[in-house]
Amino acid sequence: MLSRVAENIYWLGRHVERAENAARVVAVNANLLLDLPRGIAPGWAPLVYISGANAQFEADYPDYGEASVVHFLLGDTKNTGSILSALAAAREGCRTIRDFVPREAWEVLNELYLYGRDELERGMTKGGRHAYLKAIILGAQGINGLLSGTMIHDQGYEFLHLGRFLERADMTTRIVDVRSANLLPHTTTELQPFETIQWVSVLKSLSAYQAYRRSEQVRVQRERVLRFLFQHRDFPRAVRHCIEVTRQSLEKLPRNEAALRVSGRLRRNLEAAEPWRLDQQQLHTYVDELQLAIADLHTEIAKTWFPPPLVLEAAA
Amino acid sequence: MSIDWNTYPCQDLYDELVAAPGQGRNAFAGLLDDLKDLGPDELVARQAAAEVAIKEMGITFTVYSEEGGAIDRAWPFDIIPRIIPKSEWDRVEAGLKQRVQALNLFIDDLYHDQRVIKEGVFPAEVLAKSVNFRPQCVGVNPPLGIWAHICGSDLVRDADGTIYVLEDNLRVPSGVSYMLENRLVTKRVFPELFEHYAPLPVDDYPSQLFDTLAALSPRPADYPQVAVLTPGIYNSAYFEHAYLAQQMGCELVEGRDLFVDKDDCVYMRTVDGAKRVDVIYRRVDDLFLDPEAFRADSTLGVPGLMRAWTAGTVALANAPGAGVADDKVVYAFVPEIIKFYLDAEAILPNVPTYRCMDAPSLAYTLEHMERLVVKPANESGGYGMLVGPASTAAERAQFARLIQQDPRNYISQPALKLSTVPTIVGRNLEPRHVDLRPFILSADRQQVTMGGLTRVALRKGSLVVNSSQGGGSKDTWIVPD
Repeated sequence: MLSRVAENIYWLGRHVERAENAARVVAVNANLLLDLPRGIAPGWAPLVYISGANAQFEADYPDYGEASVVHFLLGDTKNTGSILSALAAAREGCRTIRDFVPREAWEVLNELYLYGRDELERGMTKGGRHAYLKAIILGAQGINGLLSGTMIHDQGYEFLHLGRFLERADMTTRIVDVRSANLLPHTTTELQPFETIQWVSVLKSLSAYQAYRRSEQVRVQRERVLRFLFQHRDFPRAVRHCIEVTRQSLEKLPRNEAALRVSGRLRRNLEAAEPWRLDQQQLHTYVDELQLAIADLHTEIAKTWFPPPLVLEAAA
Repeated sequence: MSIDWNTYPCQDLYDELVAAPGQGRNAFAGLLDDLKDLGPDELVARQAAAEVAIKEMGITFTVYSEEGGAIDRAWPFDIIPRIIPKSEWDRVEAGLKQRVQALNLFIDDLYHDQRVIKEGVFPAEVLAKSVNFRPQCVGVNPPLGIWAHICGSDLVRDADGTIYVLEDNLRVPSGVSYMLENRLVTKRVFPELFEHYAPLPVDDYPSQLFDTLAALSPRPADYPQVAVLTPGIYNSAYFEHAYLAQQMGCELVEGRDLFVDKDDCVYMRTVDGAKRVDVIYRRVDDLFLDPEAFRADSTLGVPGLMRAWTAGTVALANAPGAGVADDKVVYAFVPEIIKFYLDAEAILPNVPTYRCMDAPSLAYTLEHMERLVVKPANESGGYGMLVGPASTAAERAQFARLIQQDPRNYISQPALKLSTVPTIVGRNLEPRHVDLRPFILSADRQQVTMGGLTRVALRKGSLVVNSSQGGGSKDTWIVPD
């Protein structure tokens, strides 16, 4: 398999996952805001922090109001993390690898992009938002399902997995980070019930609420939620699960020593950590560390299997 | 309403199916009755079915829109086939083989001894002004001495029935995938006609192409590593590049997938590491092939590719520099070129051509512009030319200036009345002008496609058949007679 094709498949996985995650974050924030009292409601700013694109956002928007943030995350084509950008990138990348992607999956992706684009206006209204985001999430899941159900499970499939699960691991850490560090900086007893609501919202944004209740069988509390989201072996959006899946994919690829080394380091770090013991500042530092490690793994994968980046002649 | 062949307008020109009002041509006259029996409703329904099939099969070509984006358009196709009797085609095929054989000898000569110039057959100043002559190729010996492995020659038929060669495309001719897909669509929409007339098959082209490419491999093997080099998805012929790679079972690569190592061999970057490539069917123009040898700003090419090709570690098809022979001024010399190398008369005639470099021809061209088609030497796709009968006085004046500034760069030809084929327009069959692009493969042996791509100008009276300018296509049937 050509390195370029492998890279395109990897990014197909990442971009589809990115679109889904963006939709999840917006959906859950909207619900959360309905449950929290005005005085402590954190508004929409944290969603921009999750994406890490504050500088870009502040350059283009007057404030962190709902309309601005929702537009930024759903339909801003300058924001590479927006749903529309991610779907457009996935579709464009998919065009070059049509031979490797089953036709039905391509068609669903194409339709999903067209839906995302054509229904954007409605999706940005309060009334149309829920249906829009749900369609994006289901569409992305549909693509994933078609790919695992119909694509040949060869090297290309491993790259698809690598892209999807690295993106997912990254996003889970971001959601935890922003929710726990920025939302309610100083928990006090009187805010206790709202803290629970907030952690429920974290779980829900990852479709983890039911799984958490079944697996942990305790009420929702910070320590257990953090343990669950970072370290659960079998929940498909837990960081450890994602890293475990990428390791399995790496093992099936040739010349994998360096990437496995980086992945092993990341896994040991995850297993040894006890993030629930960390206060919010320390947790934030830890999440930063994890994200760097995930980026390292991406770099190693790119170095080993992808074509070298295009070096454009300096316009001197 | 029904189809009435008695009122079909075919006087003063040659229609490929209709010899005279109400009368079919040659052995396939029955086709007119078959179409009449189907009737307009059924024909319109089948045309619609063909369009659905084309969408489903994803047959597209890419056009650049003015807003800067590229869009895929469904391939315009008309279901009424164009028929050529086998006996006539045999002569055309022989003529094409002869022509391409001579052109290959000519190119090889230009890059070596230049006998053709020394012996006064071809003027040195034409070569000196050629924009497609590549000094980097002088002295290079490509495998089998062949430069143009894949040639697409455009044929047209005039009102008296003569088939002329209009031009030869020796650089990166495209269209063959549409020829193959048109056949698949026709089989779906006209199964009964297809069975009855039994046109000869075209679908062995991909394997013939693979054989042609494999024959060039520097390392003998049953399945040498062949790759199709594409400029990428924004190229108008990307569909064809992907299609041919898939049909031949080889990799579709872009420039950045390849690199030339210290051993002067070409490798492709794969997940399993570097893998050597033996033959590259390149669909990237010469000047973008290798930034070290040609345009330094090209990101489509592979640095060092010319070095590898010169060293003989990789074969390129077509060879760089082959385009020197598809210049429209060189075209005017092809009958002499055939005579010189093969000591034979051209089987297929050129369209009578005035070379503006010759003073009498220049004078004639300037005087008769409203009756002539004036073409610059190195444009394709129907761009940059003047169609005299359809031109304004201002356009003619502008071209007169251009020609006088650089006479060597222009030729003129009488405006031919291209032959027509009945084409579905609304609920009627109307004549529309066509040309034909067969493809000639040359390596250790020569092969010609069975027929080729018939392109049709869908606008009434138009002679421009290019898909980028409102042209469509038809299936071409070579039928035993």
